[in-house]
Amino acid sequence: MSWARQNLFSGWGNTLTTVLIGFVLVWALVPFLDWAVFSADWVGSKRVDCNTGGACWVYVIQRFDQFMYGFYPEAERWRVDVGAVLLMIALMLFFLPRVTGRLALVFLLLALPVGWILLTGQGLGLPAVETRLWGGMMLTVVLTVAGLALAFPVAILLALGRRSSLPVVRISCTAFIELWRGVPLITVLFMASVMLPLFLPDGASVDKLLRALIGVSLFAGAYLAEVIRGGLQAIPRGQYEAAAALGLGYWKTMIYVILPQALRHVIPGLINTVIALFKDTTLVLIIGMFDFLGIIQASLNDQEWLGLAAEGYVFAALVYWSICFGLSRLSINVEQRSGVYRG
Amino acid sequence: MQILRYLVPFLGVALFGTASSAGTLDTIKEKGWLTCGVSQGLPGFSAPDSKGSWVGIDADFCRAVAAVALGSPDKVKFRPLSTKEAFTALQFGEIHILSRNVTWTQTRDSALGVNFAGILYYDGQGFMVRRKLGVKSARELDGAAVCVNSGSTTELNLSDYFRTHGMKYTPVVFEKSDEVLSAYRAGRCDVFSTDQSGLYAQRLKLPKAKDHLILPEIISKEPLGPAVRQGDDKWFNIVRWTLFALVGAEELGITKSNIEALTQKTSNPAIRRFVGTEGKAGANLGLDPEWAVRAIKAVGNYGELFEKHLGKDSRLKISRDLNRLWNKGGLHYAPPIR
Repeated sequence: MSWARQNLFSGWGNTLTTVLIGFVLVWALVPFLDWAVFSADWVGSKRVDCNTGGACWVYVIQRFDQFMYGFYPEAERWRVDVGAVLLMIALMLFFLPRVTGRLALVFLLLALPVGWILLTGQGLGLPAVETRLWGGMMLTVVLTVAGLALAFPVAILLALGRRSSLPVVRISCTAFIELWRGVPLITVLFMASVMLPLFLPDGASVDKLLRALIGVSLFAGAYLAEVIRGGLQAIPRGQYEAAAALGLGYWKTMIYVILPQALRHVIPGLINTVIALFKDTTLVLIIGMFDFLGIIQASLNDQEWLGLAAEGYVFAALVYWSICFGLSRLSINVEQRSGVYRG
Repeated sequence: MQILRYLVPFLGVALFGTASSAGTLDTIKEKGWLTCGVSQGLPGFSAPDSKGSWVGIDADFCRAVAAVALGSPDKVKFRPLSTKEAFTALQFGEIHILSRNVTWTQTRDSALGVNFAGILYYDGQGFMVRRKLGVKSARELDGAAVCVNSGSTTELNLSDYFRTHGMKYTPVVFEKSDEVLSAYRAGRCDVFSTDQSGLYAQRLKLPKAKDHLILPEIISKEPLGPAVRQGDDKWFNIVRWTLFALVGAEELGITKSNIEALTQKTSNPAIRRFVGTEGKAGANLGLDPEWAVRAIKAVGNYGELFEKHLGKDSRLKISRDLNRLWNKGGLHYAPPIR
């Protein structure tokens, strides 16, 4: 009570503001909650089961598997699950205390190709699943994770290259970064999907997902490079000189002395880019691929479920928000563990 | 952007022409399937169901072609395509048929390097109003506020129509269909205008669909049909005659359920030629005599297909109007199999 009196009702101006905001909240939230929760339909399997006038979550529940796996064949979906578990473990390793970063990195580097082989089914004797059947949340995650995995090494090289003393290296890295940063992602994807086939011999086609993935990772690489460069610039000269005094060459200096410190400085920036990329992948819709949002939009055109756009979009927003919020909490966790703010 | 959209396919034609003539039929026979470009989701035409299979008249047309050319309606791989990439994908052989509610226009047919095999659905721009307005014809819309998509031909058709008939209107323009619909629902305009097939789908999204009336007038020509790549006449013939077979079957009274019986015993020469017991229609197409039978067994005749996905048996309840057979007041007409 005393907290409320101090913070909410400490004068007539504040009291008025509190009441006004409270009124707006009630005015907006009550009908929404009524629609989304209290008078919503939860059970059933058909459109006719939605008859209360509230939200029709039956549709989301019926379509949940499709939203997650896209058109991935039902019998093979365990492979996606295994891939997801591998990814979870890899992420957990980074955030668990007592596990060194190097072990986590090695695991991640192994998990990525294993996951890819598992999903495509090539080389394991599993039935091959074409990438055109990939979709839903699975495609969103694949685009983000694989895009980042390809982008990160590119980004580090670009960031180092841009600070290089060799003019050719410096200028070409700068040009590359500026080119990719100056173009919207939608254009990159459009080029990868529509223009690239023009330059390939007739009939020889590169997998569409792979084309999109290369576009996404070069795009993300340019952004990450600038974030990492920010970290590199924050490292005082003394560190370079100390490394030189120990007799370390350029690469050893970078790998053992400079990069570990620089990357730690820019964790918020890195996570920022990751979250942005996670949401940007939705743009693959323009080249006919169904990511999480895309598959929801496509399913809204099923005659059975026409007119449920609100439910679909609310669900999409909820899922995107949960994942992005989770990522930002994780980044805070890493920052604290890596001791940036402890000084 | 607009320029790029047209430039890309032109560039494609310029660079490669229609050089590849490996023969689509041989290619797909070797692969064992054909690839069909469909829309990313349009009610009644092509949309994924909860099992992930593509449902709609566009999707079923591809199944019919697969049944004709490859012997089974299941030998289709569907590729959802956005408008922008649809024609490029066709030109570069990524898909074998484009069955994606695209309008047959002169530019596309000539300069874009594709051939339209025929018209599967006669669409056109129409109007939807609230029933309580008491309007029965588009001619009574003088002074109305019309909700419409921006930058599309829809906007131009609208202005032409009202100018031609000496009527005034206020356009209320939005970028996305969902926005147009919500503006109409909120009462910001009296009329909603888009392609008629779209109006039926949009109407279902309104809380009380029965309170809204779709006016009979159609103010533009939007013939939608399947397209193939230029330069492969054999494949073009197969796709075109699959469409004619569906329409012809309806005219001859051949349906999914009676075709088996008709194949065994019928004396009607037209039907005998259709089912392949007489003549060599199949051989002329480079196929076996049973080609048309398979198409009908797979998806039914045109009327069945229409009613299932768009008409009586669907939730859209589109009336057939222009899409009736020629002898019932519509435009669908199949040349004879002889």
